[in-house]
Amino acid sequence: MNTPLEDYRNKGSVLSLIQSNLRQYGMFTALVLIMILFQFLTEGILLRPLNITNLILQNSYILVLAIGMVLVIITGHIDLSVGSVAAFVGAISGILIINHDIPVFLAVILSLLVGAVIGAWQGFWVAYVKIPAFIVTLAGMLLFRGLTMLVLKGKSVAPYPQSFQDISSGFVPDIFGGSTLHLLTIVAGIVFSIIYLLIEARNRRTQIRYDFEVSSKGLFITKIAAVIVLINVFTYVLATYEGIPMILIILIALVVIYSFVMKKTVMGRHIYAIGGNEKAASLSGIKTKKATFWVFVNMGVLAALSGLIFAARLNAATPKAGNLFELDAIAACFIGGASAYGGIGTVGGAIVGGLVMGVMNNGMSIIGLGIDWQQAIKGLVLLIAVAFDIYNKNKLAS
Amino acid sequence: MGSILEMRNITKEFPGVKALDDVNLKVEAGEIHALCGENGAGKSTLMKVLSGVYPHGTYAGDILFQDDVCVFKDIKSSESLGIVIIHQELALIPELSIAENIFLGNEQAKAGVINWNETVVKARALLKKVGLSENPNTLISQIGVGKQQLVEIAKALSKDVKLLILDEPTAALNEEESENLLQLLLSFKKEGMTSIMISHKLNEVSKVADSITIIRDGKTIETLKWEEVSEDRIIKGMVGRELTNRYPDRTPKIGETILEVKDWEVLQGDRKVIDSISMHIKKGEIVGIAGVMGSGRTEFAMSIFGRSYGTKISGHLYKDGKEITVKNVPEAIENGLAYVTEDRKNYGLILIEDIKRNISLPNLKKLSKFSVLNEQVEVKEAENYRSKMNIKTPSILQKTGNLSGGNQQKVVLSKWIYSEPDILILDEPTRGIDVGAKYEIYTIINQLAEEGKGILLISSEMPELLGMCDRIYVMNEGRLKGELEAAEATQESIMKYITS
Repeated sequence: MNTPLEDYRNKGSVLSLIQSNLRQYGMFTALVLIMILFQFLTEGILLRPLNITNLILQNSYILVLAIGMVLVIITGHIDLSVGSVAAFVGAISGILIINHDIPVFLAVILSLLVGAVIGAWQGFWVAYVKIPAFIVTLAGMLLFRGLTMLVLKGKSVAPYPQSFQDISSGFVPDIFGGSTLHLLTIVAGIVFSIIYLLIEARNRRTQIRYDFEVSSKGLFITKIAAVIVLINVFTYVLATYEGIPMILIILIALVVIYSFVMKKTVMGRHIYAIGGNEKAASLSGIKTKKATFWVFVNMGVLAALSGLIFAARLNAATPKAGNLFELDAIAACFIGGASAYGGIGTVGGAIVGGLVMGVMNNGMSIIGLGIDWQQAIKGLVLLIAVAFDIYNKNKLAS
Repeated sequence: MGSILEMRNITKEFPGVKALDDVNLKVEAGEIHALCGENGAGKSTLMKVLSGVYPHGTYAGDILFQDDVCVFKDIKSSESLGIVIIHQELALIPELSIAENIFLGNEQAKAGVINWNETVVKARALLKKVGLSENPNTLISQIGVGKQQLVEIAKALSKDVKLLILDEPTAALNEEESENLLQLLLSFKKEGMTSIMISHKLNEVSKVADSITIIRDGKTIETLKWEEVSEDRIIKGMVGRELTNRYPDRTPKIGETILEVKDWEVLQGDRKVIDSISMHIKKGEIVGIAGVMGSGRTEFAMSIFGRSYGTKISGHLYKDGKEITVKNVPEAIENGLAYVTEDRKNYGLILIEDIKRNISLPNLKKLSKFSVLNEQVEVKEAENYRSKMNIKTPSILQKTGNLSGGNQQKVVLSKWIYSEPDILILDEPTRGIDVGAKYEIYTIINQLAEEGKGILLISSEMPELLGMCDRIYVMNEGRLKGELEAAEATQESIMKYITS
């Protein structure tokens, strides 16, 4: 057997680095492969600037849901109601803004509050009355779909003012006034790169200070360089179209905040612990009911945000909005490595899972595959992704 | 009589570990053969090879049963020869009846249609054989663990068992139930059945076993005839050294009263589980609670620890002479209480998380600033406890589910010691742990007392209480039946209080 010190040293080598990260980055690799595949099949359309922008816009509301959903799934629950909640909140926003002329900003705040209240309602039943989340949110799915139809009286409400539509179709204006190229986007890419570089360098310094194992200097620089190239190519592509979509800013902010919360804060630890073993967590002094409750409140708010984004994109509040969103969001989490038994999953994973689904949707549409085939293929991808994950875990366990 | 079973040169490897290394086991027909060894020595793996859980081809070596070489594909094929294993964790389905469980997978059916009359009649006959007077239609969830163990044996008998393997059969049983079970094994022996019994409890082994095989680190150490050896001799074989003293020495330094409980009553629904208990613990004192399972000792401990048990609780708690109110676990931790559960897998650890995260779980406040964790300090502390507590693992990033019982228990202890409690409640801290690790845990307990902490030690093993404690409370049916100074206490005097 190796001594701990040897283990640490081994970890620094390239091969062991790849091995230990294969599972973590497995789905990310799959995403890249899928993108290359469709780039080829669509004869280069997939990665065109216009299409990349579209991909972001089309998938934003599912990705927002997936962020909330992965927290719910990590605590060992599920939320089937998010599609209906999104529709209901979309309807509320439509009525407030279009029928009652309430200012957009105020209406957005009110809508998010409605989402929080709905989340609290469901969280109460799940956390304090201990009704299985499957049942509570199945009821919620029917309840809020019904309420959506009621408040809309079965009809769509449209159109929204431009300022509301900008949530999902607006772009960050170019303060530098570039003509063919959106200069602000290029600058943003460079700024992001510098921030990334600084964070990584700082992490490495603290790790060395506490004498933890670190990857070799060459490897470290290669990794940083690769990420920076990726960021800047991405922003360059965006810049050749209209620049950074507003919604991308929202998404990046959400991913950064939620990843941080789940990885680095006490709250995040509590959520993982509850999903891992609720009784043990409770006996370790964690207020499990309260934490579960807040996870559902959070899901409600994010479902509301998703509903607003969708309504803004459609430029209408319709009774049919958000149909089957819950399944896409849940699938994104599982493809992204979350465990159906709770305790395991990451925000980044859920985003990658959502993008796998999104790229496939988009790619298959471009090559003209019918919705029938799209559904069937997506179903198989979900099954294979999870089967692959479980196979890997079993191999590690034995 | 000749040998009924011979396992020759069995070697079984898992990726990276040699679990069994050239193991030999010879069991005579009609005997009770004990298999002893520390946790992780390879006993269960050997039995899994024998029963076909690990099929032929995944290990090296030969199995001879009644002088025939056996090639088992799965459990079914070993059972068809009459080799039946009863695992430590009972494999009964709580929502099915006794009769249904007995014939599960072996249904009394014709063309797939179950003959319920025959099922019940046969089940009744089998229950009679194991001395269990229950209606075969009773659900498993409605009978206690002791009776469930008997149902498992009845299930084994239904399969025309020739060689019965019991893995830690008395681990969850109280003394009376254990005794009952051992008598049953002896009566089966008279009828000519052969049994293999895996057990940590040497006093039980000594009552029934004819011979004993000791396994250590995946190797057979020796096979001894029972008459030839003493308990200490077996322990020496198991741990590979002479344990002159099973309990480390300690000179108690007892101070002021640190925790006092007055008129403690706990209701669970309408049932009174704890009835007016008053007791106290002093600084540096190890206080024992003796009592069988179901006496209310765990319920008492958990109700003190932030009302983790019970629907209605009344009574007073005093710490250092001042009354404290402890309404939930966070408040209990704040008041310097820690509770090490008897059920580490379900209540103590998050098995899918690593050692580091388990140790830090009750201590996140200490490890964070504005709720943001300092992971560097977390790793340092976990490493510190790994070496201090001698947790045997390649890395603190190891999932606790992959550790042996003794090491799991050390992780649970670490997480609570790190919370810097003044009072530690230890509920069966050495259950299911091998002799070597027990000694280490006793040493840790002594050291905690040395530091001036108050220790409440709950245990079913009377020698453990007598060896460790300064004072012992005896508990039964939710009441304190007596209080003994360690010097005057004996197993008999404790037993007298329990049965009074």
